[in-house]
Amino acid sequence: MTAYAPSAASRTSGIARVGVRSVRRVRRHARTRSTTVCLGLVVALVVVAGAGLVLGDFPLTLDQLVATLLGQGTTASSFIVLGLRLPRVLTGLLVGVCFGLSGTTFQNLLRNPLASPDIIGISYGASAGGVLAILLLGWTGMAVSGAALGGALVSAGLIYALAWRGGLSGYRFVLVGVGVSALMLAVVDYLMTRADVYEATAALVWLTGSLNGSSATQLEPLALACLVLVPLTLLSGRALLVLQLGDDVAASVGLRVEAARLVAIVLGVMLAAVATAAAGPVGFVAFVAGPIAKRLTRGSGPSLVPAALVGAVVVVLSDVAGQHLLPVELPVGVVTAAVGAPYLLWLLVRSNRAGVGG
Amino acid sequence: MSETRPLVEGAPDARPHRLETQGLVLSYGDRPVVDDLSVTIPDGRITVIVGANGCGKSTLLRGMARLVRPVRGAVLLDGKSVHDTPSKEVARVLGLLPQAPVAPEGITVTDLVGRGRYPHQGWFRQWGAADDEAVAHALAATGTTELADRRIEDMSGGQRQRVWIAMALAQETDLLLLDEPTTYLDLSHQVDVLDLLTDLNRERGTTIVVVMHDLNLACRYADHMIAMAEGAVAAEGPPSEVVTPELVQRVFGLESLVVADPVSQTPTVVPIGRHHCAERV
Repeated sequence: MTAYAPSAASRTSGIARVGVRSVRRVRRHARTRSTTVCLGLVVALVVVAGAGLVLGDFPLTLDQLVATLLGQGTTASSFIVLGLRLPRVLTGLLVGVCFGLSGTTFQNLLRNPLASPDIIGISYGASAGGVLAILLLGWTGMAVSGAALGGALVSAGLIYALAWRGGLSGYRFVLVGVGVSALMLAVVDYLMTRADVYEATAALVWLTGSLNGSSATQLEPLALACLVLVPLTLLSGRALLVLQLGDDVAASVGLRVEAARLVAIVLGVMLAAVATAAAGPVGFVAFVAGPIAKRLTRGSGPSLVPAALVGAVVVVLSDVAGQHLLPVELPVGVVTAAVGAPYLLWLLVRSNRAGVGG
Repeated sequence: MSETRPLVEGAPDARPHRLETQGLVLSYGDRPVVDDLSVTIPDGRITVIVGANGCGKSTLLRGMARLVRPVRGAVLLDGKSVHDTPSKEVARVLGLLPQAPVAPEGITVTDLVGRGRYPHQGWFRQWGAADDEAVAHALAATGTTELADRRIEDMSGGQRQRVWIAMALAQETDLLLLDEPTTYLDLSHQVDVLDLLTDLNRERGTTIVVVMHDLNLACRYADHMIAMAEGAVAAEGPPSEVVTPELVQRVFGLESLVVADPVSQTPTVVPIGRHHCAERV
C-alpha cells in the first residue's frame, strides 16, 4: 500500500493543505446547516406540543401548563393535561417520528420519492391486519397491534416477492406496492361491509388514522417499540448513505447490499406498523417527512433525524389543527391527507414532465 | 486507518496485490456469460479489456469486483477468494467504478467523494482527519479541488466522471477497476480520463483494469490487453503483439487494416466496411 500512501512531504504540501481545508469547510457547512434545522424543528415541536396541551374546551394559560407538568396543578388540570392531552400529544409525536423515519428509509433505500409505506401498501397492510383481528377474530388491545404488525410484514413480503427479479428495482417495488396497497384496502373495505355498525366504528380508525382514542395504555407499547426501533434505524443510516449511490457502488465500497437492504426494510416496515397500530394509517406523513427534511437541510444524505422531527411536527400540528383550528373537528389522518395529496400530485406531474417517471 | 495507509515510506506492506481468476464461470440466469476463464491481472499495470457487445467483458469486471457470484471457479485476491473474504476487507484493496453510476439529487462533490471512505469506517471509527486527507488527495489527483462545494447536477459529464473517479480514489485501493469510464464522454474528455488513469498508475503504482469500447484508445493506453469473444479470452498481451487484422476479425467480425498510430506508434485499427473504401493497397 505504500504506492498509495503519500510521503510525509506531499502530505503537508500546499495543494493538499488547501484541499483538506476546503473539504473540512464544506463538511462543516453541511453539518452546521443540518444541526440548525434540527434545533429549529425541536423548537417548532415544543411549540405545537404546547399548543396541543393548552388548547381545548378547558383552556390553560402557559403558567398553568407549566405548573401542571411539574405536578403542582389542580385536580382538574392534572386530569386533563396528564390524563388526556399529554398521551395524545406524545402518541402523535411518536407516530410522527415512526412514520417520518420509515418513509425516509424506504425512499432512500429504493431511490424513489414515491416509495413510502403509505403509498406502497405497508400501512394499509397493517390496517388490514388490525381490522381482520377486530372484526373476524374479536381480538382487542395488544393482540390487535400484533395483528397489524403481521399485516404490514405480509404486505412487505408480498411486495418483495413479487418485485424481486434477481435484484431489486425501486421502480418495480413501487408499482407492485401500489397494487398491494389497493389489495389491502380492498380487504379492509370488504371486512367493513360485513361488520355491524358498532364493530365498524371501532375499526374505522384503521381507515383514516386518528388520535381520538389515544390513552396512556396505548402509548406504552408504542414508546417501548420506539425505544428499540429508532436507535436501530439511526444506526442503519450509514448503510443508506452508500446504498443511495446504487447497489453496484454500495457493493464496491464493501457494503453487503442484500443483508443491509433487508435490515432496513424490516426496520421501515416495523416502524410503519407500530405507528399504524397506535393511530391508524395517518396518510402521507411518511411520504412528505423526508422530502421536507431534505428541502430544509439542503443535504443529500438520508437526513434521518430531521425527517423524524418533521414527521412529529406534521402529526402533532395536524392533530391540533384538526381539533381546534378548523371549523369542523377532523381526525388527524384527514388533515395530513389534505396536505399530502396535493404534494403527491405535484410530484407525479413534475416527474412525468421531467421524463423520469417517478 | 494506519493499517491501510502507512505514513512511513517503505512500510512492510509494499507487496503489490495480485488479482486473478481461475476457471471462472459467470452467468445471468442459466446462460453462461463468462465461461471457464482464467486470467492474471499484471500488477502495477494498466489492463484494458476489449470485445464486442455481449462478449462478457463487463460481466468479467463485475465478477472480479464480486458483484456477480461465480457459478464455478473463483476470483482470487492475493490467493484468497474475494467471495470468502469480508466485503469491507476486499473494498480496502479493490475498488470498482461501475458504468454510469447515479448520484443522489443535490449531493456535493465533497459529500460524494467522502462516501468512498465507507470501507475505512465502522461503528467505532467515525469520520476523522485521515478521511479528510484522503478526500483532499482524491480531489487534488483528479483536479477537482476547486469544485469541492459544487453540486454534481450542475457539472458537465467530463467533470462528473472525474468526481466519480475521485470517489473511487478516496477508497484508497491498490486495484481500481473501471467499467466503461469513457463511454458517455466526448473525445477530449475521453483522452482526459485516460490520461488521468495513466497518471494514477505511473505516480501511485495503482493497478488499473478498464473495460472500454474504443479499440484505438485502448491500444494506446493499455500496457496489457485482454480481448474477449463469447465469454472467453481470445488473446492477451501487449497491444502491439496482440492486435492484428485476424484478431479484429475474430473478436469483432470486422475486416480491417492495422497500422501504426502516428502519435504513439501503438496499433490503430482502420475498419473496412462496404462503402467508402478506395482502391486497396
